[in-house]
Amino acid sequence: MTLLLFLEQVLNGLQFGVMLFLMAAGLTLVFGVMGLINLAHGSLYMIGAFAAAATAAATGSFLLGLAAALAAAAAAGAIVEVAVIRRLYPRDHLDQVLATFALILIFSEGTRWIFGSFPLFLDTPPWLSGPVTLPGGIQYPLYRLALIGVGLAVAAGLFLLIARTRLGIQIRAGESDREMIAALGIDISRLYTLVFALGAALAGLAGALVGAIQSVQVGMGEPVLILAFVVIVIGGIGSIKGALVGAILVGLTDTLGGVLLPLLFGVFLDPSAAMSIGSALASMSIYILMAAVLVVKPQGLFG
Amino acid sequence: MIRPILSAAAVAALATAAPAAEHGGVKVGMITTLSGGGAGLGIDVRDGFQLALKMAGADNVELVIEDDQRKPDVAVQLADKMIQSEQVDVLTGIIWSNLAMAVVPAAVNQGKFYLSPNAGPSQLAGAGCHENYFNVAWQNDTLHEAAGAYASGDGGFSNTFILAPNYPAGQDALTGFKRTYEGELAGEIFTQLGQTDYAAEIAQIRASGADSVFFFLPGGMGISFMKQYADSGVDIPLVGPAFSFDQGILQAVGAAALGVKNTSQWSKDLDNEANVAFVAAFQEEYGRLPSLYASQGYDTANLLLSAMDKADVGDMDAFRAALKEADFASTRGDFAFADNHHPIHDIYVREVIQEGDVFTNKIVGTALTDHSDVYGADCQM
Repeated sequence: MTLLLFLEQVLNGLQFGVMLFLMAAGLTLVFGVMGLINLAHGSLYMIGAFAAAATAAATGSFLLGLAAALAAAAAAGAIVEVAVIRRLYPRDHLDQVLATFALILIFSEGTRWIFGSFPLFLDTPPWLSGPVTLPGGIQYPLYRLALIGVGLAVAAGLFLLIARTRLGIQIRAGESDREMIAALGIDISRLYTLVFALGAALAGLAGALVGAIQSVQVGMGEPVLILAFVVIVIGGIGSIKGALVGAILVGLTDTLGGVLLPLLFGVFLDPSAAMSIGSALASMSIYILMAAVLVVKPQGLFG
Repeated sequence: MIRPILSAAAVAALATAAPAAEHGGVKVGMITTLSGGGAGLGIDVRDGFQLALKMAGADNVELVIEDDQRKPDVAVQLADKMIQSEQVDVLTGIIWSNLAMAVVPAAVNQGKFYLSPNAGPSQLAGAGCHENYFNVAWQNDTLHEAAGAYASGDGGFSNTFILAPNYPAGQDALTGFKRTYEGELAGEIFTQLGQTDYAAEIAQIRASGADSVFFFLPGGMGISFMKQYADSGVDIPLVGPAFSFDQGILQAVGAAALGVKNTSQWSKDLDNEANVAFVAAFQEEYGRLPSLYASQGYDTANLLLSAMDKADVGDMDAFRAALKEADFASTRGDFAFADNHHPIHDIYVREVIQEGDVFTNKIVGTALTDHSDVYGADCQM
């Protein structure tokens, strides 16, 4: 493997990581602030993608599609929080898992009912299509570079929001002691709705951005949801910094593992055996990473 | 667990039909995937099947339709229910090979006929074949064998990069391709099942110096791969089986699929009487273009109807012989059953084109003629 190919794969891992971060950030905020396990987070990702695809098809504008994705996912998040999730805060985790699993089924079949069973079309906008040549001669899709940029910008925005704003102070206070901040006169239920909608909007944004290079279909959120849970367990529950570091670790491990492990086994095995053992081990690699992190730091990296 | 949904059509059929056997009719149990991510395939098979019944005016077929949710355990429960309490004569409808392996052996051993409109796992074509099992679609390897034959034949490729997901059908796909492909391999990759990002694989393809790429990535995986491939600027020609270029998927891929060669036993522009009638009637009835899955559902129903004309389902030996004759007008043209009850048919090469706003396929050649699978040699019935 040449150095250029390796660098290209590192970029791929980074891009995958920052998209995972958008999913994991919302999940970890909701888990950290409200103590809620939200399995339906993947459905919000799907709603973002469908809203973007439908709007982009109707208006021809990718940016309007993104705006629609943010709005639709945030609205769906706020409605779900007020209608269902609010009743789950005092319940134990099993009830939360059951109820949010039901939400997945409702959202999936509801989406299928509205949009049909066939995948929708959402493409990258013309001004972001095609490859660019990076210094060193790497040909890399412009859209993926844009994804890395958007992901890092959102991460920076979230850090500022949490560290520098009044809302951020309330969120951090809510994480440590929810009775106390209620006693200080903060409207806790409004805060929860806001945080939930914010997390939903980030998931919707991720769905729309990724939907342009993947398939917009019912059930697209669940595989990502599992990875997002791995990310927040690695990063430490409730920590935005942990979510970012965890997401990039998972993205790099998954991408580079899939490329390097078959090559590694190829040194001493014949190609097709190396391929099948390497691929099998690569699909386990992020879970091995998670187990290793938990052995050293049971609360996650920044938990 | 959610209760299986009984479709409106099935309810109607249950409410109106008298016990079928009195009229020499047949009761058919259709177990297929109607909800979740893979629902498009099951819906097409169901619609094709029902269209054939409607066009034939068949009022002596009672159809019970249930949704397996793409889960083997649900499919097994539904099959038990259909065999024991519904007492169907014939089962059909399963899309996925893992579900077929869970349902078919038990069903045929209990004296039911099973007509497969899609899944064709190698086990059921070889040592595990059964006299009551008929596959109307293809053995799983077939379209991949056709792709291999095309790649090193008319395609003129000699250095192909191949990839498929790491699960049984993916491994069969690469095995099938290599069985007929005569050139060198530039590389061979197993991806993860359900993988959505192919940037790493595309980088490897770019670096491999291949002159062509063969991929088997059904459903959403193929959509993701083709969009990302087109966006990466790699312009090595793609070859694949029809599953990633099916009518339901092409609209979601868009222009990224234009010009790609794919292999199929059916295409909407196949010029035979049965197919012209089928394509027109399907568009009329459902307002969309049919897919190969719809053609398979339609063929399955017509096979059943042809056997019902010749024999009563109560006389299993006669009915089986009538099925084996395959005396129906298939949408794919010539069709016969080999000794292992799998099709002998031609496999075509199609190219993705744009007709107005719609992306679709046209036939550009024939990859294999009178093809039957290699597993029949192991089949003893």
